Amino acid sequence: MEAILNWAQAHIDIIYIVVLSIFLGIEVIGRVPSVLHTPLMSGANAIHGVVIIGAIIVMGKVEPGHYVTLVIGFLAVVLGTLNVVGGFVVTDRMLEMFKKKK
Amino acid sequence: MELSILTICYLIGSLTFIIGLKMLSHPESARKGNMVAAVGMFIAIFGTIFLYQENGVGLHNYEWIFGALVLGTVIGTLAAKRVKMTAMPELVSLFNGMGGACAALISVIEFGHIATLYTGEHPDQVAATEGTLLTIFLGLIIGAVSFAGSIIAWGKLNGKIKDFSFKGQQVFNLVLFFATLAVAGYLVVAIDSSNYLLFYGILVAALIYGVLFVLPIGGADMPVVISLLNSFTGVAAACGGFLYNNSVMLTGGILVGAAGTLLTVLMCKAMNRSLTNVLIGSFGGNAAGGASAAAGSQGAYKEISISDAAVCMSYANKVIIVPGYGLAVAQAQHVCHELEKLLEEKGVDVKYAIHPVAGRMPGHMNVLLAEADVSYDKLIEMEEANDEFKSTDVVLILGANDVVNPAAKTDPASPIYGMPILEVEQAKTVIVNKRSMKPGYAGIENELFFQPKTSMLFGDAKAALQKLVAEIKSL
Repeated sequence: MEAILNWAQAHIDIIYIVVLSIFLGIEVIGRVPSVLHTPLMSGANAIHGVVIIGAIIVMGKVEPGHYVTLVIGFLAVVLGTLNVVGGFVVTDRMLEMFKKKK
Repeated sequence: MELSILTICYLIGSLTFIIGLKMLSHPESARKGNMVAAVGMFIAIFGTIFLYQENGVGLHNYEWIFGALVLGTVIGTLAAKRVKMTAMPELVSLFNGMGGACAALISVIEFGHIATLYTGEHPDQVAATEGTLLTIFLGLIIGAVSFAGSIIAWGKLNGKIKDFSFKGQQVFNLVLFFATLAVAGYLVVAIDSSNYLLFYGILVAALIYGVLFVLPIGGADMPVVISLLNSFTGVAAACGGFLYNNSVMLTGGILVGAAGTLLTVLMCKAMNRSLTNVLIGSFGGNAAGGASAAAGSQGAYKEISISDAAVCMSYANKVIIVPGYGLAVAQAQHVCHELEKLLEEKGVDVKYAIHPVAGRMPGHMNVLLAEADVSYDKLIEMEEANDEFKSTDVVLILGANDVVNPAAKTDPASPIYGMPILEVEQAKTVIVNKRSMKPGYAGIENELFFQPKTSMLFGDAKAALQKLVAEIKSL
C-alpha cells in the first residue's frame, strides 16, 4: 500500500497528464460526424507516430560501434517515420477530396 | 537553456495534437487540423534531435538518425501518394503496425541495455526499477500485438490472408494472453541474471498473440479491429512517454488511446455488439457457418436486364443508391457519380444512403464518393435514409450486402441480429448489383435478394454502371 502511495506521489504530474488526456481524447472525438471517421482515425494514427521521439532518443544515446543496437534503432526510426509521414500525407489526401467540391 | 526550449517544443507539440484532433472532427477545419498536428510533430521531432540532453550530454549518431528519417519519409510519402483510395484502409492499418513495431523495438533496445548488465561482470548489482521494467514490458507487449495484428488486418483487407481458426482457439488465445502477462509480471518483480532471457519469449508470445487475435475475426469486424489496434499503438507510445518522462509522447499516446477506444466503442454500437463479443467471439467462424447452412435454400431470385433497370430508374421520382464494398473494389465511384448526374438531369431525385459500417472502415464510402466529386449533401446517414425509403421508388444497391440484410431485424439466430440496417425493403423496387449470389463478407445469406420486389443485376459494379449509363443516355 505504501509503495503504491509513494509511487503515486512521485509521479503525480504524469498521472494528472494521463487522466486529463483520457478525458480530452474522449471529449475531442465525441462530437465527430461519421463522415469524418476514416480521416480522423487516420489522423490519430499519424499522431501516435509520436513514438518516433522515443526511437530518436534511443538511437542518439547508442555508443558508436554497437552495430546491433544501431541497426535496431535505425529500423525503429524508419518505422516511426513511416507512421508519422505516411499517416499525415494519407490523411491530407483524404481530406483534400472532401474539400474540393465545397 | 536547450532543455527549457525543448520543454516548450513539447508543450507546443502537445497543444497542436489536441487542437489538431479537435479540428479534425469538423468538416470545414479538418484539413487544417491535420496540418496543425503535423507541424507540431515536426517541431517535437526536430526539437528532440537538436536539443535533447541527458546528464548534460546531447544526442549523437546524427548520420544514422537522419538517414532513417529520410528513408522513412521517402517510402512513407510514396506509399501514401500512390495508394488507391480503395486500398486506404489497409494502408492505415499498415502504418499503424509500423508505429507498434517502433514502440516494441524501443523496448527491445532499452531492455538490451539491462541485459548487457546481466552478462557483465556484476550481474548481482543490476538496479533496474520495477517502474522502468513495467513500462518496457508494456510497451513491448502492446507494440508487438499491435504490429502483428495490424499486419494480419492489412493482409486480410487486401485478400492475401484468409480467415483461419482452429478448435479451441479462443481458449488458447486467452491462455496465451494471460501467460504472457504472468511471465512479464513475474520478471518485473523477480528479474535476475538467470531469467532475463524470458524477455525475448515474451516478445515472441506477444507477436503470436497478435496474429491469432486477428486471424479468426471476420471481415465485417475489421474496422473495429483496426480502430482498436490504433488505440493500442497510442498506449504503446504513451509507455515510451513514461519511460523517458516525455510529456509529448505521453499526451499524444494517451489522446489517441482514449479517442481510438471511444471510436471503437462507437463502431461496436453501430453493429449492436459489445467489444467483448467482437474480441472473443469470432464473427465469420462457427456461428455464421451454421446460419448460412440453415438459410441455404431460400428459393428463387429474379434477374433484371440493363435496359429494364435503366427504364426503371429514369422514370422514377426518387432513387437512393446504397454503396458498399463492391463499389470500392470495382473502383466504380466515378461512373456512379455520372449515373447520378444523368438521373438528376432527367429530374430524378438521387441520394446516397450511407450505413455507418459500409465498406471496410467507418466513413469509407464517404471518402470514396468524395473522391468522385459527389456533393456532400447528397449523402444521407442511416436514420434519415430509413425515413426516406418509404417514399423512394428505386433503391440501387451497389455491392452492399450485410448492411441491408433484413435478418438483422427478423432472425434472432443470425450472427448480425440486432445490427441496425438500412431498411431498403420499404422502397417500391430494389435493384441489387452483385457479382454473384455468394454471401457477403460476414458469410451469411441475405433473404432480401429473394423478395418479390427485389431484382438482381449481376456483374462487376463498374461494368454494370457503365452499361446502365450508356443505356440511359440512349433512352
